[in-house]
Amino acid sequence: MGLLSDPNRRRALTKLLTRLNAPICVMCYLAGVAWFMGLAFEPFTLRTYMSENAMGSTMVEERFPAGERALATGREFAAHKKKVGGMPVDWLVKTMQSRGLEVFTQSFTRKLPFPDENKERYMVRGTNVYGILRAPRAPRTEALVLSAPCSEGNNNNQAVGLLLGLAQYFRSQIHWAKDIIFLVNEHDLIGMQAWLEGYHHTNTTGGDWSPLQGRGGSIQAALSLELSSDVITSLDLVLEGLNGQLPNLDLANLFYAFCQKIGVLCTIQGKLQRNDWDTTSGYSHAAQTMMLMVLKQASGRPWGDHGLFLRYHIEAASIRGINSFRQYKTDTTTIGRLLEGMYRKLNNLLERLHQSYFFYLMPSLSRFVSIGYYMPAFGLLAVILLLRALDLWVQLGASPPGTEDGVAGGVQPSSPGVLSILTPVVISHMTGVALYTLPILSQEMAVQHFPVSETEAVVLTAIAIYTAGLALPHNTHRLLQGEGTEEGWRVLKLVALLYLAVLLGCTALINFSLGFILALSLVPIAAFITPHTPKALSAAIMVLLSPGCTLLYCVFVFQELQETPVSLQDGWMLFLSVISQGILDHALYGSLVYPLLALLIYPCWLLLWNILFWK
Amino acid sequence: MAAPLTLLLIVAVTIRAVLFRSSLAELIPERVEVVSPLNAWKRVVEGLALLDLGVSPYAGDVFHEVSPLSIPLNESNTSIHPSIMADALTAVALYLAVKDYNKTVFRKQKYALEAERYPLDCLELIRTPKEMYYIPLKVAMFYLLNPFTILSCVAKSTCGLNNAVIALFILCTVKGSSLMSAIFLALATYQSIYPLTLFAPALLYLLQRLYIPVNWQRSSFWLFTTQYTFMYLGSLCVMVCLSFFLLSSWDFLSSVYGFILSVPDLTPNIGLFWYFFAEMFEHFRLFFICVFQINVFFYTIPLSIKLKEHPIFLIFMQIAIISIFKSYPTVGDIALYMAFLPAWNHLYRFLRNIFLVSVVLLACSALFPVLWHLWIYAGSANSNFYYAITLLFNVAQILLVSDYFYAYLRREHHLTHGLYLKRKDGSEATLVLK
Repeated sequence: MGLLSDPNRRRALTKLLTRLNAPICVMCYLAGVAWFMGLAFEPFTLRTYMSENAMGSTMVEERFPAGERALATGREFAAHKKKVGGMPVDWLVKTMQSRGLEVFTQSFTRKLPFPDENKERYMVRGTNVYGILRAPRAPRTEALVLSAPCSEGNNNNQAVGLLLGLAQYFRSQIHWAKDIIFLVNEHDLIGMQAWLEGYHHTNTTGGDWSPLQGRGGSIQAALSLELSSDVITSLDLVLEGLNGQLPNLDLANLFYAFCQKIGVLCTIQGKLQRNDWDTTSGYSHAAQTMMLMVLKQASGRPWGDHGLFLRYHIEAASIRGINSFRQYKTDTTTIGRLLEGMYRKLNNLLERLHQSYFFYLMPSLSRFVSIGYYMPAFGLLAVILLLRALDLWVQLGASPPGTEDGVAGGVQPSSPGVLSILTPVVISHMTGVALYTLPILSQEMAVQHFPVSETEAVVLTAIAIYTAGLALPHNTHRLLQGEGTEEGWRVLKLVALLYLAVLLGCTALINFSLGFILALSLVPIAAFITPHTPKALSAAIMVLLSPGCTLLYCVFVFQELQETPVSLQDGWMLFLSVISQGILDHALYGSLVYPLLALLIYPCWLLLWNILFWK
Repeated sequence: MAAPLTLLLIVAVTIRAVLFRSSLAELIPERVEVVSPLNAWKRVVEGLALLDLGVSPYAGDVFHEVSPLSIPLNESNTSIHPSIMADALTAVALYLAVKDYNKTVFRKQKYALEAERYPLDCLELIRTPKEMYYIPLKVAMFYLLNPFTILSCVAKSTCGLNNAVIALFILCTVKGSSLMSAIFLALATYQSIYPLTLFAPALLYLLQRLYIPVNWQRSSFWLFTTQYTFMYLGSLCVMVCLSFFLLSSWDFLSSVYGFILSVPDLTPNIGLFWYFFAEMFEHFRLFFICVFQINVFFYTIPLSIKLKEHPIFLIFMQIAIISIFKSYPTVGDIALYMAFLPAWNHLYRFLRNIFLVSVVLLACSALFPVLWHLWIYAGSANSNFYYAITLLFNVAQILLVSDYFYAYLRREHHLTHGLYLKRKDGSEATLVLK
C-alpha cells in the first residue's frame, strides 16, 4: 500500500502519468495492436493437446463399413425430397424406424419480423424428425446428438444419408452408454432453435412449436454434419456459435486427433495448416486464419447449425465436407469412420467437457491462443481509456493525487450542473432506443411511402436513424444555452471514457473479438477528442471510425480474407444484408450484437460526438 | 425543505412502481447480488405459507427470518409494497437524523470558534451553513436513487426493512431518546445480530449529549451505561420471548442466528464467505468461521477508542464494516452506508483514492452479472472469475471506508494543529499514514 498512501510517491507517479499521457497512450495502442498481431506467430502460441482424460488414451477402433450404402440412402432421400418438395417426413420416419430407432417428429412455425432476402423466407413452417438410439449399457441419463440439416435444393443429401447409415451401424453396437439422438432439422437454425427449445422446455424468442414427445438424457455434446458431395477433399471445422460462444477446445482437439489418425485433410476457417511458420507467407496465412475467426466471432451469429447448442451448455461443432479440385479424395466410409471414432470417444466421457479452454483463438487447427495470451492485447487498449480518464480527473483539479495534501488545493471548482451532463447522456440513449425499436416498427409505413421492399425498409430506416443521430449535438446545445463550460465537456468526457471502458471490458469478456474490434476503432477517438481539435477533420475521423463504418470495413476485410474480394457496389449490398441479418439474428435466436451496438455502443459514440461540438 | 423531500419521495416511488410492473421485476429477485437466503422475498412467502398451514416455518431449510417481523408483510395487499414504504421511511429517517446531526455539529463548531480553539489558518476547513444546507436532502437522495437500493427494493428483499430499523435507530439516537434508541437497536440486533456493534457508538453519542464524560471513575458514566444496557438487553429479551410464545418453540434461534453465524448456505453472493468455505476442508471450518465472524465484531474496540469523540462517524464506519464482512451481504446493505457519504463531503479534499475506488466499484458492479452469466449460463467461465470480482469489489469498499476514516482523522488533526504544517526546520511538511 506504500504507493497509495505515500503522498510524495503518489505525486511523482501522477505527474509522470499526466505529463507523458499522450505518448503513453500512443505506445499502449501500438503495443496492443502489435500484441494482437503477434498472437498468430507460431512460437507465441501453444500446441493443442487433449485435456480430457476420458478421451485421451482410450483405444477406439473404427469399423464403419457402409459408406456406399449411406450414399445410396442419401440418393433415395434426395428423390423423396424432390417428390414432396420439402422434408420427406413420412419416408424419414419409416426409414429411421426400420433402423431400430425411436422416432418422433416436431412441427414448428415461425413468422419472421421481416422477410429474409438471403434465404428467401418469411413465413416458415417445417418439421424436425429425430430418432433416439437408447443406450443399452447405462441408465440413459445422458445423450449425444448428431444432426444434419435438410436444406433446399440438392444440398446435404449425403449428410442425411450418412446420418442414417451411422444410425443403422450404431444400433448394432453394444458399447453405447449415452443415448444417441439422430436429428434431421428443417430450415436450418430456425428448426434447430425449435427443437432445442422443445427439448429444454424454454421459449426465449417466442417461437411456435409442438412439444417433443420423446427425450433422451441431458445432452453432453453435439455435432452437426454438412456434406454435399459423394467424395470430399477436406473437412472444415466450424466452432463459432451464438454471441461468439465457442465449444470447449477439447472438441476441436478430438476432431483434429481423428483427422490425423484416419488421414483426412482438415481445415479451420477453410484454411489448411502450413508448416512454414518462419516465412512471411506462413505467418500471414496463420494471421489470416486467426483474423477470420475473430471476425466470425465478433459477428455474434451462429456460423453453423451447432451454434445454438452452446446456449444450453452443450459442446457442439459443425463439420463441413468440402470438395475442391485437389487430387486426393476421401470417401464417405472414411468420414463415417471418423464420426464413429468421435462418438465412441464422446461416449466415454464421464463428465461434461470442461477440462480444456473455453476462451481461445485458433491460428491453425493444431495451435491455439488462450485467454491469458490474448487479453493483454485488449487490456493495453482499455488502459488508454483509464489513463485518459485519470488525466482528465487531475485536470479537473478535484483530484487529490495532484494536490495530495488537500492543503495546497485551491478553491474547489464549482462543478457543472448535473443537468448539463445528464441531458446529452439521456438524449444519446433515446437515440439508441430509437435505433433499436424503430426499424422494425416502422417498416410498414416505410413500405407504403417509398418504393422499397420490407427488408430494405428496415435496413434503410436503421441507417437513417443512425445518420440522424449525428445532427443531435446542435439540438442539445440549444437546450443547454450558456452551460457549455470548459468544465462541462471535461466531466462529460470523463463519464464517456469510464462508460466506454466498462462497456468494452464487459463485451470483451463475453465476446473477445467484438470487444477488441470495437476498442480498436473507438479507443483512439475516445482518447483524443476535445472541442478544441479542428472541427471538420475530427468530425470526418469520428465518422470514419464510428461503429457503423467499422462494420463496413469488417465486411470488406472479411471478403478479402476469404479470398473473394468484392467491388464497392457489392460490398455495400453485402453491408446492407449484414445489417438485416444482424437484426434477424436478434429477433430469431436472441443474438446480442445488435442491441449492444444500438443501445450502448452507439449512444456512447454519440456522447463523444457531442463533446466534439461542445461550445 | 419539505417540498424537495416530498418531490424526491414521489420520484423514487414512481421509479420503483414502474420497475415493479416491468419485466425486470421477475428477473431481479433471482439475482444473487440482490437477495440472499436471509432476505429473499420468495422465502418469506414460503415461510408464511407454512405458518398458515400450521407448520413451523423453520421446519425446512428455507425460512431464516425472525417471524413476528414478517407477519405484517403478509397483509400487504395494498398497491404499495412494504419494501417501497420501508425505503421511504429509511430516507425520511436518515434525512431527519442528518439534519439534526448537522445542527449539533454546527453548534459545536460555533462554540469552538468563539473559544478560539481552532488555529488561524484553518478557516477554510470551517463548515458553512450554506454548504451544509443541502446535505440532508442529498443523503435522502443517495439512499432513494441509489441503483443498489432500487434493485433491492424491486427484489422485495427484506433488507430494506432492516435498513429502515437501523435508520430509525440512528434517528432516535441523534434525537437523544435513549429508550427508543435502545429498542430500535435491539430490534436491529434481533433481526440480524450484527448491528450489535452499533451499541458502542450509540452509547458514546448519548453520553456526549448528556455531557457525561467517558471516565471510568465517574459514577454518572456507569449509571447511564448500565441504564442503557438494561434497556437494550431488556427489549431484546422481550422480543426473543415474544417470538418464542408466538411459535412456542426455540427453533428460530438455530434457524436464524445459527444460520447467520455458522454460514451453512454457500450460495454465491457479493461477500467473502461462500468461496472460502466451499473450498475449505471440513475440519478447519469451525476455526475459520470463528475467525471470520470475530473479524466483523473486532473493529468495534479500536474504532470506538479512536473515534470516541465522533460517534456518528463511528456508526457510519460500523455499518460499512458490517455490510462488507457480514456472512450474507447484499447490495441493499451497501446502499445504507453509501447514503451517508454526502454527510462527509467536507472530507472530500482529504480523500486520496476516491477516483480509483469509484472506478473499481463501478466496473465491478457491471462485471458481476457478466461473469455470473459466463459462469452459470454460458459455462465458459467458472467460480474463480466471479469470486475474483467479489474480492475486488470488497477491497474497493474497504479502501473507500478506510479512505474516509483517514480523511476524518486528518481533518481533526488539522483542526488542532493548523492546516499548514511545518517541519522543525521550517520547510513544508506532509502527513504520511503508515
